[in-house]
Amino acid sequence: MPVPPHALSPTPAVLHDQGTRSIAMRLLVTLAVAFPFAAQAAAMGPDEARHLLNRAGFGASPREIADYARRSRIEAIDRLLAGTGRAATTPAPEWVTEPITPPRALRNASQEARRAFQAQEIGRGFDLRTWWIAEMLATPSQLTERMTLFWHNHFVSSQQKVHYTRLMYAQNVLLRRHATGNFGALLHAAAKDPAMVIYLDSASNRKGKPNENFAREVMELFTLGEGHYTEQDVREAARAFTGWSVDLDTAEFKFRPFLHDDGPKTVLGRTGKLDGDAVLDILLAQPATAEFVVAKLWREFVSPDPDPAEVRRIAARFRGTGYDIKVALRELLLSEAFWATESRAALVKSPVDLVVGTMRALDFRVGDPLPLALVVAGLGQNLFSPPNVRGWPGGEAWVNSSTLLARKQFAERIFRADEMPQGAAGRIGRPGGDADLARARGFGRMDEAGRERFMRALDALEFDPQHWAAEFPGAPTHADMIRALAAREPVSAVPMDADTRELVRGVALDPVYQLK
Amino acid sequence: MDRRDFLKGSAAAGVAVLAPRFAVAQGATGYRNLLVLVELKGGNDGLNTVVPYADPAYYSLRPRIAIRRDEVVQLDARAGLHPSLAPLVAAWQARELAIVQGVGYPDPNLSHFRSIEIWDTASKSREYLADGWLTRAFAARPVPPGFAADGVVVGSSDLGPLAGAGARAVALTNTDQFLRQARLAHPLQVAQGNRSLAHLLKVEGDVAQAASGLRGHYTFRTAFPQGPFGQAVRSVAQVVASDAGVAAVRLSLNGFDTHQNQPQVHAGLLRQLAEGLVALRAALVELERWESTLVMTYAEFGRRPQENGSNGTDHGTANAHFALGGRVKGGFVGAAPRLDRLDGGNLVHTVDFRSLYATALERWWGIPSSGPLGGRFPTLDLVSA
Repeated sequence: MPVPPHALSPTPAVLHDQGTRSIAMRLLVTLAVAFPFAAQAAAMGPDEARHLLNRAGFGASPREIADYARRSRIEAIDRLLAGTGRAATTPAPEWVTEPITPPRALRNASQEARRAFQAQEIGRGFDLRTWWIAEMLATPSQLTERMTLFWHNHFVSSQQKVHYTRLMYAQNVLLRRHATGNFGALLHAAAKDPAMVIYLDSASNRKGKPNENFAREVMELFTLGEGHYTEQDVREAARAFTGWSVDLDTAEFKFRPFLHDDGPKTVLGRTGKLDGDAVLDILLAQPATAEFVVAKLWREFVSPDPDPAEVRRIAARFRGTGYDIKVALRELLLSEAFWATESRAALVKSPVDLVVGTMRALDFRVGDPLPLALVVAGLGQNLFSPPNVRGWPGGEAWVNSSTLLARKQFAERIFRADEMPQGAAGRIGRPGGDADLARARGFGRMDEAGRERFMRALDALEFDPQHWAAEFPGAPTHADMIRALAAREPVSAVPMDADTRELVRGVALDPVYQLK
Repeated sequence: MDRRDFLKGSAAAGVAVLAPRFAVAQGATGYRNLLVLVELKGGNDGLNTVVPYADPAYYSLRPRIAIRRDEVVQLDARAGLHPSLAPLVAAWQARELAIVQGVGYPDPNLSHFRSIEIWDTASKSREYLADGWLTRAFAARPVPPGFAADGVVVGSSDLGPLAGAGARAVALTNTDQFLRQARLAHPLQVAQGNRSLAHLLKVEGDVAQAASGLRGHYTFRTAFPQGPFGQAVRSVAQVVASDAGVAAVRLSLNGFDTHQNQPQVHAGLLRQLAEGLVALRAALVELERWESTLVMTYAEFGRRPQENGSNGTDHGTANAHFALGGRVKGGFVGAAPRLDRLDGGNLVHTVDFRSLYATALERWWGIPSSGPLGGRFPTLDLVSA
């Protein structure tokens, strides 16, 4: 495959200043080719730093890029892995500590009460999405949030079915606690998570009346992958998961022994009076599980096409350490494939990558992140409501004609310099104005105050070109700026004589800006 | 301007661009015949859609969720429609609605994702293909360049049967919005790049082309139902109202994975489906396109004949599907699967889904089907020439 010049050399085609810095960089590249170990010890430089930070997190400012540019690859990766957290730093919405509406009460509630509950949960859903975007912007560990999002898209549940925003929050907390911990522990915990129990119908899977939903998806999507189990395995496993349920008063996980089928079952050749945990352990013992998860991590971090031999090697290490997620991540980030030129700009940005990444890379001032959450949803990634149990397919599927246009519309909107003094009412529905942004998912369900808040917050997003340019070490050239933002050289003509805002806008509207 | 005058004018303008292509499609009217695919996402329960109300086995398999005999909209002595589908009776009586029963494929797969992939790519059960079946058909017999696009996907982001680089497909939710935003897209060429970049550039090019062919908003007398499906139908009608054609449109109705509390959920979904299809029929009659439109439903699978323990149904196999259009030959097609001869608890199909596709390709568009479908499948007597 032809190599994009921008990725091949630290000197992009558009670079005008052939200063000492780029000569030094060339020397480093030469060294890296001659001495592979030197590459790991040498300073990465800004291109590699941007690559690593965009993959491990959501965008990086010039200051962060400069900070990582002076570190070696291995040093940088170990720093990222050592910095992960287990809890969010952004305070959760206040309602998470309120007592939960008991499912029992809801079951017997009047139509009216149920409607009130739904309306409350929709409102809380906006809070929750806004809170997570705020955490993605503020977290000291981008990798933690990337992995939390990764697991959200692996152990999928959706508020559309779960309804309880509180349970979606609790699941998010659980995913973050295990995000870079142990996959086995995560699997066991996620399987019993109340949102999951509701989402995949475990609560209605009973002795003599099996519901196969969870049993099938845990094999197909959470562990083995398709083709590594039989329909008989699904039926038998479903019996093992009978009795898993949710307490009708507390909405916590509850095992109901009298609904559990404790007869002998055979799953993947193992026979016994298996319960749900035993089946999960059987799944974890299969090499296919480690390979399935590593291949998915590969598509998240490295490239759309996992290298089977490398996946097997990393999966063996992963399983060998009892599923230490950091081991898998470290191997992937250190792999040759991760740094290969063919892997640069090889991944399509997700809506979170695009929106949160743009805010971070350009150091936008963000007050209320609500509009960002809705725009992300409108671009096809409605957090806490993935489309189905397989999650968002990602990759090229993120971009079709309708989402590409919405992405560009967002870029155009946020770099518009002129102030728009009218209130929300005058703006919505104005052709070419914010009408399209207003179609951001969920906007129509907000009341007038919510819409006003959306518009005000959107207006308040602020990019300060001088402030941003000052983050570069030394005065940045146009080429430096482009390289900080794009994973390869733009394909359209970016106005080289433009001011910083125009230049940045040009890059953000270029097709390559959709890549990382 | 009177609508008729407008249609005359636009037809004259359109023909100049489209004429060469229609000469190519011999006999049949080729891609001027529109195909509308309606995906019932999640796996519609065919047995509670087209109800075998005269079969006692149906009621013993579904003691709790069966449609009561007195609620069924009876079509003949054996089968009838779910009561939510009553709005379709007019089309049935006009002989414009065909019901194809027992549609499935050998060696069925019960995973949503794998099975819809099999349907979208028209593959064998254990064959993995990358491109959609329409994409392959269009690659073999190109849609005229004057068309706005080969296909338009309304209201969902996966392209399904139009996936792959061989088709000019655009996804949109609303035509006005699409046209307004399309000025941000430009056809661009780049000498080298990876797969993801190539995909982005193709999307930009497709948008630019579609935008030059699709028209703004047409004022329909037809009222479209509220809700996402009704609005998707509205967008389909807007696309069809444009002068530059499209060969295929796909829209989706989501939520058919009814593992629990099926009766309530399913009734709501089928009502949306029926009302949406009725509006589509009215709008296309208004445009004088109903005679040249074939609407077909599809889904990844039907559901298990035996109800589950949660007032719902688990994933199944063979299914009933609808075909509608001004030139559709109304009535039942294919054989209803036997409820007393299940295979592992599931229905045995009587019509291969690729026969539906072969019918669309050969009898509707007049193009060969064995290439795109990877084999010969008998066509069904669904449409009149």
